[in-house]
Amino acid sequence: MSTPRPARPRLHGPARILVAVYAVLAVAATGRSAFQIVDRFDEAPIAFSLSAAAAVVYIVATLALALRWDRVAWITIGFELIGVLVIGTLSLVAPAVLGLPDGEFIARVLGPEGAAFGRAGTVWAIYGLGYLLVPLALPIIGLLYLRHRRRAARV
Amino acid sequence: MIDVYTIILVGVATLVGALCVVLGLVGRKPADLTILSVALVEVLLLVQVVIALIAPAVGNPPTGNLGEFWVYLVSACLMPPAAIVWALTDRTRWSTVVLGVGALAIAVMAYRMNQIWNVQLA
Repeated sequence: MSTPRPARPRLHGPARILVAVYAVLAVAATGRSAFQIVDRFDEAPIAFSLSAAAAVVYIVATLALALRWDRVAWITIGFELIGVLVIGTLSLVAPAVLGLPDGEFIARVLGPEGAAFGRAGTVWAIYGLGYLLVPLALPIIGLLYLRHRRRAARV
Repeated sequence: MIDVYTIILVGVATLVGALCVVLGLVGRKPADLTILSVALVEVLLLVQVVIALIAPAVGNPPTGNLGEFWVYLVSACLMPPAAIVWALTDRTRWSTVVLGVGALAIAVMAYRMNQIWNVQLA
């Protein structure tokens, strides 16, 4: 016999940290991509469009985690993990596809015009190196958390 | 931005962040020390706003994109109040950690803002 669950159970403690970090990343990604699009969209339209999509997904993921929309959380966080892995790899091996600068490796990755920290830097470039690899670590942690919650709910 | 002030801002934000994360993980609920330390970071950010408004007029213009800089600075200014509201409404150890996360995010953003102002080219 199961006890009735409250309508909106409070979020488990450490999960709140996850929500907080997602919120910070959502704000950072949204601010930066919005500015890049307004200011210099033609410089790297593909990269900036993907960055805007990523920002929207981060916002939705933050809300999904906070409000316990489990299916939406799985979809958005999964999308982000795939996104950071695919775009991160492309930005390293085929930057021209994303409209990122080509050329000597260290300069185009780490330099002032580079993919991670430069003018065309985006959340997923170089696996989120410009954001201390948080965009790579966060979805992994997020998916592990969702899986933990799903298993706990089955008990 | 002024390099010395950036060092102060990044240093204080990092210390406050580390303090709040540690105090949160050992079980302290948000209290005067943690909440006011984050409020201090907000004050330092507001001073940064003043500096950024005055600097171009006194011979310290940004080398990087001014709009991008302000997007960072405005976003940064929104974070400590949000974290403090969170801590005041949800008084658990985890919201203390959240205070720390917010402060550490400010430290990173301040570093990036200094890069935009002093290093990057517009």
